[in-house]
Amino acid sequence: MAEPRESHRWKWLLCAPALTILVLAASGPLLIVLVYSFLTPGNMGGVIWEFSTEGWFRVFFRRDIFDPADVSLNTAHLTILWRSVWLSLQTTVICAVLGFPTAWFIATRPANTRTVWLFLITIPFWTNLLIRTFAIQELIRNSGTINTLLIWAGVIDAPIQMLFSEFAILLGMAYVFLPLMVLPLYAAMDKLDFRLVEAGYDLYASRLQVLRHVILPLVKPGFIAGSILVFIPSIGAYVTPRVLGGGRTLMLGNLIDLQFGQGRNWPLGAALAITLLVIVVAALLFYLRTLNREEGPRHG
Amino acid sequence: MKRMLATSLAALIAGGSMAAADEVVNFYNWGNVTPPELIERFEAETGIRVTVTDYDSNDTALARIRQGGHGFDLVVPSNNYVETWIEEGLVIPLDRDIVTNIDNIAPEWMDVDFDPGRQYSTPYFWGTTGLIVNTSVYDGDPHTSGIIFDPPEELSGRINVVPEMSDIITMAIRYHGGQQCETDTDILRQVRDTLMDAREHWLAMDYGNIDAYVANDISAGVYWNGGAMRARLQNDDLVYGYPQEGFSVWMDNVMVLSDAQNPEGAMKFVNFLLEPENAAAISNFSRYASGVVGYEAFLEEEMRTAPEIVTPPELVGAGAFSIPCPQEVNDIYSQIWTELMQ
Repeated sequence: MAEPRESHRWKWLLCAPALTILVLAASGPLLIVLVYSFLTPGNMGGVIWEFSTEGWFRVFFRRDIFDPADVSLNTAHLTILWRSVWLSLQTTVICAVLGFPTAWFIATRPANTRTVWLFLITIPFWTNLLIRTFAIQELIRNSGTINTLLIWAGVIDAPIQMLFSEFAILLGMAYVFLPLMVLPLYAAMDKLDFRLVEAGYDLYASRLQVLRHVILPLVKPGFIAGSILVFIPSIGAYVTPRVLGGGRTLMLGNLIDLQFGQGRNWPLGAALAITLLVIVVAALLFYLRTLNREEGPRHG
Repeated sequence: MKRMLATSLAALIAGGSMAAADEVVNFYNWGNVTPPELIERFEAETGIRVTVTDYDSNDTALARIRQGGHGFDLVVPSNNYVETWIEEGLVIPLDRDIVTNIDNIAPEWMDVDFDPGRQYSTPYFWGTTGLIVNTSVYDGDPHTSGIIFDPPEELSGRINVVPEMSDIITMAIRYHGGQQCETDTDILRQVRDTLMDAREHWLAMDYGNIDAYVANDISAGVYWNGGAMRARLQNDDLVYGYPQEGFSVWMDNVMVLSDAQNPEGAMKFVNFLLEPENAAAISNFSRYASGVVGYEAFLEEEMRTAPEIVTPPELVGAGAFSIPCPQEVNDIYSQIWTELMQ
């Protein structure tokens, strides 16, 4: 009887160092950000240790510079917030649409070649993100590969403006995050019992019906995991909008960066960072709830 | 056996002294303005290795150094930031025993307002903040900031504006007839409205790289004269404009950081940069003018006559040296800027 309790105590004791680091490293910096969001911006950056809710106020509202009593909704921030969410959702959908056939293709290869295909999926990770993003810039700039080819082929007369637009950001993010969708989808398909697919055909289901009623429900957890893996880094993306968006089409990550640099308003930056965190946590909770609903009846 | 011991001992000592000579100076400078051959020359002369790390704005540099733990020895702030660096104790006074070339500083750059008597800083280079226009897209007068603030149709959607707050807001204030550090609310209101409207015509707000102008990805923008000259040397269509409404003259200055790892080596590097030949190497590479006496002798011919370096006489009067603004003015600028950047 004493045995399990003893080992239980040991377990905690052995975990203690890791837990301490986890708690300190995870909550410490977060706490600093939280505290800073309630301070007063300092001269040319930094903070003054005076309590203020102005940072939080400015996340959602703006005061007219010349008439502080004139308060209105901060449409600029809301636009950026909405753009971040919308672009991230679009990125997720594009990755899902492209990722599904890719993962399916890999999952249906003979077992011994699957590793090779998976290996190929990871190749982009060998090159630094920044360099890959600049390479995309090279592809879509006015004098870049795509425009030059199209003009040469006589399809267009003048270059299409692709760089420094939301399209460019979307393209960059979909490219960068696609593997994060393919891998969990593949993991889900790998476990798929193909006999069920055959059974579906045997029962005279059409291909579309098999896809809708057999395959998709079974790989749904993969879709959900992939969506989360794509959506969360997308909404906090910094490099892609910075390089491909041209500094005018901001996303949340760039807006936060702006407050700590040129904007010289650290409390606002801190408040925005926590806002981003809340969105991410909300997305995760949504994920867990959907997952529980999925698995609830099966276990119960 | 004994001899072997002796040789290996000698090798050890040699190795030891070589390790001592492996001294490093970490140079934190603006991007793409440090000539590699200059670094090689310093390394060859002194045996001190130099690493170069880039930044693209005064705010970035200031924020990073304030945090500490950066490992840099030298930084190159613009004149209107120099006082902030000194006041915050981020830099140390120059060691005159090492920086003996201080007298090479041109008289007009010696007793400057931002660092009287050059106690803390030496000139790296100086330049003007103006405009760059691709004449194959728009061949009108490039010498007006209207190009940015009320762009001709040809340039709409093809403009890049560098995200430097004081440069852009000051340019807009002058466009509306104001002065540097303007506090007149009516003018500032117009400035805000002009910027917000003009923004719709801008393609990007980035540190527009030279390539983008050369390739005509961007056809006009706010740019610094040296960058404009480097772009023009690769594409004849590009011209540099001096806004007749007024433009800023600035200087970037080398300073030694208080938390430098190797302050002595850093001072040696400062001294090295004040040699006319080395100052000229910086100018020939970056295409900005120097504040060092006698550097002209080592200057490339095309630098002497370049329209980006030699201000047209009728526009010289429009130039004014940039000054730091008081905090309350900066506050308003920051607010306008934040609105603009969103």
